Amino acid sequence: MAETHSLQDLQQPAVSSKVFVQRDYSSGTICKFQTKFPSELESRLDKQQFEETIQTLNNLYAEAEKLGGKSYLEGFLACMTAYTIFLCMETHYEKVLKKIARFIKDQNEKIYAPRGLLLTDPIERGLRVVEITIFEDRSIGSGR
Amino acid sequence: MHLGESMRECEYSQISTRSSTPMETPYKKRTPKRRKWEAFPGRNKFYCDGRIMMAKQTGVFYLTLVLILVTCGLFFVFDCPFLALQLTPIIPVVGGALFLFVLGTLLRTSFSDPGVLPRATPDEAADLERQIDVANGSTGYRPPPRTKEVVINGQTVKLKYCFTCKIFRPPRASHCSLCDNCVERFDHHCPWVGNCVGRRNYRFFYMFILSLSFLTIFIFAFVITHIILLSHQSGFLNALKYSPASVLEVVVCFFSVWSIVGLSGFHTYLIGSNQTTNEDIKGSWSSKRGKDNYNPYSYGNMFTNCCAALCGPLPPSLIDRRGFVESDAPQLAQPTNGMTMYGATQSQQSHMAATTPLPSS
Repeated sequence: MAETHSLQDLQQPAVSSKVFVQRDYSSGTICKFQTKFPSELESRLDKQQFEETIQTLNNLYAEAEKLGGKSYLEGFLACMTAYTIFLCMETHYEKVLKKIARFIKDQNEKIYAPRGLLLTDPIERGLRVVEITIFEDRSIGSGR
Repeated sequence: MHLGESMRECEYSQISTRSSTPMETPYKKRTPKRRKWEAFPGRNKFYCDGRIMMAKQTGVFYLTLVLILVTCGLFFVFDCPFLALQLTPIIPVVGGALFLFVLGTLLRTSFSDPGVLPRATPDEAADLERQIDVANGSTGYRPPPRTKEVVINGQTVKLKYCFTCKIFRPPRASHCSLCDNCVERFDHHCPWVGNCVGRRNYRFFYMFILSLSFLTIFIFAFVITHIILLSHQSGFLNALKYSPASVLEVVVCFFSVWSIVGLSGFHTYLIGSNQTTNEDIKGSWSSKRGKDNYNPYSYGNMFTNCCAALCGPLPPSLIDRRGFVESDAPQLAQPTNGMTMYGATQSQQSHMAATTPLPSS
């Protein structure tokens, strides 16, 4: 890329590659991501850190889709009110999605951004993948 | 330090690294912001600025609406006054409630997103293509149908690759050729409601046909009652002359009852066994296919299956119709050296190996 040296220090770090963590369907249709550590991240991130992030995400999605007394009550109430109740109340799933968004932002700030990585919220990719963007590591280069 | 020197040389202001959008260009965007529904790749129609989503062909839906409105309208205008006076005013009240419920569930089924899966982003598609090429061994011309096998609850399920959406379809998803979308837990495309029936609107569809069954039987029964009561007063032929609307209602209800009640019964069976129409027609979990063939998604008992289908959590729409179309996301930089590609290929091979079980096992 034809860029001046001075510009390189200040512009957005270029995207080096993207890693896609696919869905794990072994437990059925529930939203669950594979915890297998992608090898592209080996130089940037701890395997344990990655697995912890994905496992927490999986637990949060499981909480959103859980069948239990609370979700049945919500469903039943919604049916009785001809589903108009959702005009003023958000569903349990939506509440958990907000929690997940906060979790991802938190993880990005604390763990991923300092390592030149960026987690994309799976909801922005239709819950198909967890997209991890790897940025070119310029911080080490500028010292030389 | 280095940064400070650079800033003195050329007066660029620091750009926030927190946003994921690319470097902001000095010129203003020429095009106004579009909502995502305007750029939606499927064959759907949107109304109310993306709030309402339907299939392309909606003619039959309007027919359904007209049939329901006209029949109920005639019932309330011509039969209810007589019945309320002769029998009880509860009849029009119950009829009214049923009618509103039917209408509500119909509109909810027709207007909501059935569970459309958004198509893969170019980066995702490229990544998947690379993985598949590595697994198949690169051949030029016509790639063979791509499938991935996964074991769910002891049953081997084949996940198919969708060439249109460029994704591996989740289990139970199917591509609707009429709407040109992959839909989660695809049941069928219903022209009567003018939409696909999938994960997000199946319960509304079921409630619609169930309440419509009750409404149809209700109207049929009370119109017959009306005619019988009138016949006692002034003879059968005079009764028909006094209330010609009743004849039309009886005809419509008679033909509807068989189909609607039959459909309700069929869907009750499907819900109880946690199957989709698609699976039932294909006989995916039929015992005829093999002794060990069973439905891996069933919860074991009918009650739990029903609760799960009707009262389970309602997943949100994945397509974000009313969001704004962002400018192009940062594309992958071209690999500058052979090392990146080699590393990527290796990980994909191991990745594919993990997901596709060896045939010998």
